Formats: sequence, structure tokens, C-alpha cells
Amino acid sequence: MSDPTPTAAMIDPQAQAARGRATREKVAASLKRRYRAERRFQAYGMLAVSLGILFVFFLFYSIVSKGYTAFQQTYVKLDVTYSAEDIDPAGRRLPADLEQGNYQAVVRAAMRAKFPEVEGRATLRKLYGMVSDAAYLELRDRVIANPALVGTSETVWVLADDHVDMVVKGQIDRDVPADQRQIDDEELGWLKKLEEDGRIDKRFNRGFFTGGDSREPEQAGVLGAVMGSFFVLVVTLLLSFPIGVAAAVYLEEFAPKNRLTDLIEVNINNLAAVPSIVFGLLGLAVFIQLFGLPRSAPLVGGLVLTLMTLPTIIIASRAALKSVPPSIREAALGMGASQVQTVLHHVLPLAMPGMLTGAIIGMARALGESAPLLMIGMVAFIVDVPQGFTDPATVLPVQVFLWADSPERAFVERTSGAIMVLLCFLLVMNATAVWLRSRFERRW
Amino acid sequence: MATTSENVRSNLPPRASVSAAADQSQPGEQLDTKTVGQVTVANPVMTARKVNVHYGDKHAIKDVSIDIASNAVIAFIGPSGCGKSTFLRCLNRMNDTIDSARVTGHIALEGQDIYDKRQDVVQLRARVGMVFQKPNPFPKSIFENIAYGPRIHGLAANRADLDEIVQTSLQKAGLWEEVKDRLDHPGTSLSGGQQQRLCIARAIAVDPEVILMDEPCSALDPIATARIEDLIDELRQSYSIVIVTHNMQQAARVSQRTAYFHLGDLIEVGATDVIFTNPRHKLTEDYITGRFG
Repeated sequence: MSDPTPTAAMIDPQAQAARGRATREKVAASLKRRYRAERRFQAYGMLAVSLGILFVFFLFYSIVSKGYTAFQQTYVKLDVTYSAEDIDPAGRRLPADLEQGNYQAVVRAAMRAKFPEVEGRATLRKLYGMVSDAAYLELRDRVIANPALVGTSETVWVLADDHVDMVVKGQIDRDVPADQRQIDDEELGWLKKLEEDGRIDKRFNRGFFTGGDSREPEQAGVLGAVMGSFFVLVVTLLLSFPIGVAAAVYLEEFAPKNRLTDLIEVNINNLAAVPSIVFGLLGLAVFIQLFGLPRSAPLVGGLVLTLMTLPTIIIASRAALKSVPPSIREAALGMGASQVQTVLHHVLPLAMPGMLTGAIIGMARALGESAPLLMIGMVAFIVDVPQGFTDPATVLPVQVFLWADSPERAFVERTSGAIMVLLCFLLVMNATAVWLRSRFERRW
Repeated sequence: MATTSENVRSNLPPRASVSAAADQSQPGEQLDTKTVGQVTVANPVMTARKVNVHYGDKHAIKDVSIDIASNAVIAFIGPSGCGKSTFLRCLNRMNDTIDSARVTGHIALEGQDIYDKRQDVVQLRARVGMVFQKPNPFPKSIFENIAYGPRIHGLAANRADLDEIVQTSLQKAGLWEEVKDRLDHPGTSLSGGQQQRLCIARAIAVDPEVILMDEPCSALDPIATARIEDLIDELRQSYSIVIVTHNMQQAARVSQRTAYFHLGDLIEVGATDVIFTNPRHKLTEDYITGRFG
């Protein structure tokens, strides 16, 4: 248009107007198609989101519906008599003596008293099997706490055995033929009698949250695994976050850009993709074989998971540092701030939310990791709740794996229960991180 | 100042050749330069001689020699990509942050070579402040924005000193009346023009000798621009100012001297009224009259 030539003046105004109309009609026609495509595209998106929600809902439904029963446990009411000759034959009432007492006999006597008609060794053993072995320990603890109980009687609620528990919870169907069920007619009869007498009750399963692992499902708890996971994650966080952030800051802000740093960058990206079990093998070879650290210890687990988490944190931290606007760096440098001051005073605070996001992702992955921990022995059967970083321990996902692998029916609900505890652990951890992040978040 | 200029001259090797600028320049110095006009001044605060900048293979600044007069405003003008911003950033070594940039030549601040190994870059930037194209206050309070420089350089002995510095800096930048009741508000909550004045206040809080301004008004509306221009004129009393601008009217309004850059060469430099009314170089004339640019 810049140089008006004679031809421009010769354009027929009518033809021009007709062309304008035609263009508008074409645009109108294409509009319809464009809107249709837009709606279709949105529909795909909605479909994807609803599918995702559906899967998540199904997952949660499946876990919760299977697992909520793990938070309740069946108890049996027994009238026990603490006979002195069973518990304290020496009659000295010393704690050491009381600990040695034959509480099994006390429980058995109570069961026999309830069902006097039962005879025969095998049948009696079956009868005794209705209550958990934990009942003896329960009675022992009560007597040690209060030695005056010896020689008296009282009514106590003790844990039922897991197959009784399963029947009470309806997980074993009483109506299927006897040869297909794990509990026979005789036992069912006793259970029925106990129920009629009001001696069976379902109570909140405290033991599940306060106990360690056990071969007996009714005694198995997740606290050991929760503490194991906690210690492992403390080690992982304390090591991987500072090291990861320091590495990212150095690589992003200070390191010269050359062949060597390029190589390091490529390798960090590759490490993030290495299967986690490889890190487990590395940990086994280095930390346990070479450094002689204890097996099954949260310390070693944390070290292994640190190796696994570091690349994730470094990559996320570098991305966060890169996203800090260069104008802020220039402003600080232009004021005469040194490079370290620029990074510490301005860049790092602005990058902190992004770094924390990286840490959340890394820690969530570490919490859910089981394969590398199998390699360093954290899959061992450990009854005691770990008290420190070098005690033998296992972690929640490994506990889930162990229980899912157990043949007893009662471990099914415990597996789902442990998964719920794991998810809650994750939720608490992420909520803390999100809260921290929102505190650091600043506009620029 | 006179003794310092003596030092500068004695630092320079004697030049034999006589350039087009020679007849105009101060007696006692003869420069080997293609630049037309008055390259040297009687009271320079900074002197640049034969400065070359390479970005990798790209030769961005070619043999630029120029003096920055003290307590005056010099404007760098020229078409986009002519190297005026690059040269500006040489004056406080901001190009150090770019890995591929290589600067050769001699730039002195009051006779001291700023590219000397003994020159501390932190100290240099405290003496040569900078205001950027886009207002870039720190994401902190207004007070913290101003206080940051004095704090890292240890200029304030106590809180009262710091308050004093913040107040005078904001007053000099003409922002005090607008923000004195909300010093704890974030600097980013101010309007664009206010943010830029905040950045100027931040720069003068460390009491520099020279202030470099890289197109400080290009992101602002005409009214905010006018305020900044008035401010620049006031600041000239206390500071030497170098301003890069795309706006020729602005150069004409605020500066006493103007330098015209073209493709990395410093084509012409001289008193602003001379450059705008009577340019001696063809390229300068073409640019000034709007034939390209």
C-alpha cells in the first residue's frame, strides 16, 4: 500500500464488494467447523479426566472396602482365674518369677471351664486355638503390672484367633460346605455359643497401629513399617535435599559451561531413568559390602534412596533456578551483589517453591519404593519396632508386599489396611511440603 | 578531577596519527579513531579506548573510544543491534555474566582500569550503578529494595542510618511522597513508572559515581517517561549519567552529549544540539532525519 500506483484506483468497487461478501461467507462457514472441532477437543479432555477420576475412585473403593475391617479386631471375653501354682509356684511374687508363669494354662483352664464337655487332646487343642497366643502375653502383662491379681479371678477380653476373626467379620462364609471352609463345624458351634453368651465383640484394633509385624495376623501391626519408612525418609531427605540443591545451584549458577559439565548433565538425566533395583544392588555392594554398614538398617535404605532421589531433585531444582527471571539476577549483580549473594538472597528464595516440588516428587517416589530395599535386606521378618537408624527395619511398601504374599486369609484386609496407612503417610508428607511451599511462594 | 585526567592521559600510549576528530578534540590528546566529533572532554569520569567486544564469532563493538563527562548526561543512540547496550554493559562489566562475551581494550573509571585483574567487580558495580530497560524491583518490600545495596556494602551503621539512606534515596528519585506510608508494601505492587523510579532510587542508594540507564523509559507511558526525564535532569547535579535510548526526542531532551552507534562502530559523538542540528557524518544525518532506524 505504500506506493499508490494507478492500478489501485482502477479496481472496480462492485467487484471489490462482492469479493468482500464472499470472504465473509467463507469465514462464517469455517466458523461452524472450528467451533465443532473445539467442542470435540474439549470433550476428549473431559473424557480423559473422567476416566482418570473413575480409575482413582475404583482404586480407593477397592482398597477401602477390603481394608477397613483391618481397623477392627474380634475379642473374646474369658473368665480367668490366676491360680498361684500356675503363675507363681515359688510364691515370691517377684517380677522375674511372674514373667516365667504358665499363663497358657490359665487361658486353657478358662476355655475348658467354658466348654466342659470337650474332651480329647486334638479337640482340646482346637478349642485352645480359638483364642490368639497374644492372650497369654496379655494376661502376663496384667499380672506383672498388678501382682495382687495372683490367686484371684477376673473377666478379661482377649484377642480371638484370626480364623475366628474372619468368620465374625464375614470374610469366611459359615454357609459353605465344611470341607471348603477353613473352620470346621465343631469350632463354628463353639463360636456360636460364645456369641450367644455375648462373649464375642469387635473392637477398634489398637494393635494394628502399635504393633510390629507378626506371623499371626491378629497380632500383626504396621507401626514397625511406619517407623522404618519414617527413619528411611528422614535419612533420604536430610541427604538428598541439601546435596541436590547444592549440586543444582553449582551446575546452574557457577559451573563453567564446557564438555565436562555437559557430560555431568547428561549423566544426571540418565541416572534419573535407571531402574531403582540397580541402586539397591549398588547399595548392597558399596554400603554393606564395602563400608560394612548393618543390613536391613534404615540408614542404608536412606542412603540407597538418596542415590535414587538425587537426580530427580537436581533436575527439578535446576528447572526452578532456570525459571527465575534473569532480570532479578541482573538487578542484584547491578547493585554490586557478589554472585553468591545474588544466588542466596534472590535466586534461591524464588526458586525454593520449585525445588520443594521436586523434593515432594522425589520423596513420594522414595516412600513408595520397595525393590532397592529388598536388595539391602529390608525385606526381613522383623517383629520389633525399630528405635533408631541402625535397627533392623522394614518399610511400608515392603510390608504390603510381605503381607500380600502371606497365605492367611486375614492378611488380605491387613494388606489393604497397610496400603491405607501408606497413603495417609504420603498425604501428610505432601501436605507439609505444600504448606512449606506456600510459605516460600512469592510473586515477582 | 584535573589530576585524574592527567593520569588517564599518561596511561595512554602516545598516538601519532591524526583523525578527523583531532581538530575538535581537547589539546594535548590525539586519538586514533574513525569517530567523528568530540570524543574527549575536559572532565571525564570514565574513559574508553579502543574497546572491542566479541560474542563468540560476532564482533559486536569495534574500536570504540569515548569519554564520559562527569556530572553530565550522555545519550547513546542508534538503530537496533548497533551495540549501544553492549557498550553500556561494558562500563560496569555486566558482560562478565555472559560466557561467550570477550571484551578487549581499555576502560577506566577515574583513571583506574576497570578490567584490571586487581579491580574488584563488586566494588566497580557499587560505583557504576545500573537501571535496566524493564523495571526489575526485587520481590521484596519497597524499603528492602532500597536497603539491599547499602546493607550488602555495609554503608549503614545502624537502623537509623539505613532509614535515612532509604528516605533520601526515595526523595532524590521523587518517589518519597508517593510511598512513604507504605514502605512495607512489595515493590512489585507499584505502577510501572513508580517501579522504574524505585529502581533508580535503589541505584542511587549506594551513592555511585556513574549511573547507566539502558532504555529506562521504553516500557513506560509518556507521563511516567516525562517524570523519569525530569528526574534524570535533576540527578545530573550529583551523578554522571549514561542513557541508552531509542527515542531521539528523549536523547535531545535529557542529554548534553550524544553518541551515535552504527553496527558496532561509534560513528559520531558531540554536543547534543550539534548532533541533532548539524550532524557531520552522513549516517548520523540519515538516522536523525528518520531515513532508517
